[in-house]
Parts: sequence; structure tokens; C-alpha cells
Amino acid sequence: MGSINWFHYAAPQRFYPLAGQLVPWFGALAVVLTAIGLYIGLWVAPTDAQQGEAYRIIFVHVPTAWMSMVVYLAMATWAAIGLVFNSRLSSMMATALAPTGALMTFLALWTGALWGKPTWGTWWVWDARLTSELVLLFLYIGFMALHSAIDDTRRADRAAGLLAIVGVVNLPIIYFSVQWWNTLHQGASVSITKAPSMATPMLMGMLVMALACWMYCIAVALARVRLIMLERERHAPWARQALEGMA
Amino acid sequence: MNNLGDFLAMGGYGLYVWGSLGMCAAVVVAELVVIRLRRRLLVQEAGDERATGEPVA
Repeated sequence: MGSINWFHYAAPQRFYPLAGQLVPWFGALAVVLTAIGLYIGLWVAPTDAQQGEAYRIIFVHVPTAWMSMVVYLAMATWAAIGLVFNSRLSSMMATALAPTGALMTFLALWTGALWGKPTWGTWWVWDARLTSELVLLFLYIGFMALHSAIDDTRRADRAAGLLAIVGVVNLPIIYFSVQWWNTLHQGASVSITKAPSMATPMLMGMLVMALACWMYCIAVALARVRLIMLERERHAPWARQALEGMA
Repeated sequence: MNNLGDFLAMGGYGLYVWGSLGMCAAVVVAELVVIRLRRRLLVQEAGDERATGEPVA
């Protein structure tokens, strides 16, 4: 009943055109949502009583920090599927997500530093939240470095995939660090169990920007996985055909 | 916020707010440019392989 046969798309030559159709949609959604989110964040949302205008960093800091963890989880999941089922496309997805995840982590750290300076009086502290987020950046870099250090692509997939899976232990450490240890960092901005502690436009702006971040990461990861497919399968007839069409 | 100057000043926090947004914009642009360059390089290499009949990489 209208169900999609997902295994049909597990073959790169079939996933390639599908991803190509999806990229512009996710890209367009990212642009529109970013415009709406910035409008709410910079114009509609009122000045914060305690932090003045500095708090507006929240509209990029929280979404990038969320995505740094979401992308890692997605990367590790694809890596695990690739390891278990020995499926090429899953490992390619993991490889395609790594640079975007690393950039999101970098942005979370960068915007955090620029937020920390005016509010805490320091760019950086070696506390649990900040340090575990930095470890996340090193995990992404380690994944990419390990993958590119091994010539045999399938072996590289397995080695880097294993690293990605082991690194998942860092995610709950990041998430719960503000509860487990004393820290300068404030607690969770949004909680399912508690009523929102933020003014509505602030919360709306943050959620719209978070959604924009999701769309951006999906669009870029799909665009990159298409490239990786072509790079790896360039001698397969479908990839040759696609490459000739692009020349 | 009445005028552009006030808006850019961000109540004295302009450096921090625009430094955050600016780096996000720069990273997005850089990522898209790198993907475009990678694609161009791949298409070029594939074209060379077709022309010479020898694998480039």
C-alpha cells in the first residue's frame, strides 16, 4: 500500500538520481527557514533582560550545537549499518556526513566562545560541556583522517566506522555534562518535561533556525554523498555516463 | 532599534553577535565552494581518463 522499497535505493546508481532531486528542495527549505529564523531572531525577539543583545548568539549557537550531535549520531548509525550489512552506500553516507558534522561542531565552539566572553568574561574554560564538545570535534577529525589514511576504501570504511561507533559514548557525556558536573554552561535550553523558560519569539526563532540547520545539513550531505558515489564508482557504467553528462 | 547603526552595534555586543553570524556564513560558503571544486576536479579527471584511456587516480 504505497510503501517504498528502501532496498531499491540502497544501490548507488539508483540512489544517485534520487539524491540529486532532493538536494534543491532541502537547500531551498534551508534558505527560507534561515531567512525566517534570522528575521525572528534579530528583529522580532526582544532584548534579553540580563544579557542584552549578546544573547542573540543563541540563534546560531544552539542549532549548530544540536546538529553537531545529531550529525554524529547519524554518521555513527550509517557506519554501523555499513559494518553490519557490508553495504557500500551506508558507509558512503557516514563519510559524507563527517565534514559537515565537524563544521557544525566548530561553529558551536566558535559561537560559544563569542558568547562566553561577554557573559562569563572568558572565551574558554576547560569544563565538562566545552571539553566534551571539543572531543567531538577531534572524533570527527579522527574519523576523516583515519579514513583518508587507508588506501583500500572498504577497509577505510570499516576502520573509520568502528571509530565512529566507539565515539558515540561521547554524546551522552556532552548532553548530560551540564547536569553531572558543575559548569559555567547553562542547562538545557529546551526540555520536553518542563514548560519553556524562554519568551515565545526567542524559542520560535531558535527552533526555526534549528530546522534550517537540519535542512542545510541534509542538503549538503546528500550533495557530498553524490560526489563520493561518483568518485568511488567512476568506472561503473552508470557513473561514467553521469560524469560524461557533467563534462 | 531605530536605525542601522543601532542595529549593527547590537547594544555594544556587535563584535560578538556579528562575529558569530559572520563565521557561520563564512563556513557555509566555504563548504559549498569546496563541494563545487571537488565536483569540478572529478569531472575534469574523468574527462582526462576518457581522453587518454589511462586512470588518473
